[in-house]
Amino acid sequence: MSQLSALSDGQLVQRCRAGDDEAWHELVERFSRYVYAVATRGFRLSEEDAEDVFQDVFTRVYTHLGTLRDDSALRPWIAQLTRRVCLDSIARRGREQPASEPVSEEIAAGLDEIDEAFTVREALTTLSEPCQDILDRFFARDQSYRTISDELEIPSGTIASRIARCLSKLRVELEGREPPPAGSRG
Amino acid sequence: MTLRDEERVGGLLRVLRPAPEGWVRAAQELPAARRSLDEIVARAEADLEFRKALVADLEATLELEGYEPRPRVLDELRRRLPQD
Repeated sequence: MSQLSALSDGQLVQRCRAGDDEAWHELVERFSRYVYAVATRGFRLSEEDAEDVFQDVFTRVYTHLGTLRDDSALRPWIAQLTRRVCLDSIARRGREQPASEPVSEEIAAGLDEIDEAFTVREALTTLSEPCQDILDRFFARDQSYRTISDELEIPSGTIASRIARCLSKLRVELEGREPPPAGSRG
Repeated sequence: MTLRDEERVGGLLRVLRPAPEGWVRAAQELPAARRSLDEIVARAEADLEFRKALVADLEATLELEGYEPRPRVLDELRRRLPQD
């Protein structure tokens, strides 16, 4: 885990504003999966539209970072921005509803799940690096036991138990947390 | 939380998959790309020959000058370049 990944959203915003490129790298890394999921899974945009949305969101974040009033509110700001850019993309394509109308219940449920997943991912960052790595490989990257075993050079027979142990630690970490917030890193 | 909750946590971990590496890299390089853009625009404003070359063939001129002519950079430059 890099030193920057331990920074709160607020601290990260301050470093980005000061022109720290490494902090910007971390900001993109921290939110890239979220923006990607909202575009592709939440709004089910095509890869082409999703890429435009992805770049547009980060360009706007970079350009308007100075206007963010509360540095700790980075997450809800990016969430709102991503949704708006997705709706604009849909409106441009002439599909479904105009950008100003609320999203359908189905899409809203998907977005809620993505927000919940982001909270789980934040909790994941509190675990040891080996735990973060193995859970990410197995769940988010769909790697097989064999691939994990080969790449991490650990016996394949121990992978299931390692995953179970790490998942249990993650559950314990999540138990003490409040329900999913908008902007929990602060 | 129970075992079922752990399954749910695992399910939520599956929701946030990595974005394509190229997308992430392009977004991470935004500050450097912006600086290059500002530099090109400033030079185009100050140097008539350079400006003419850019207007005549934007992509080739950028490559010649050592800049990577990415589509987004080209679009942005077309918007920002001074028009004679």
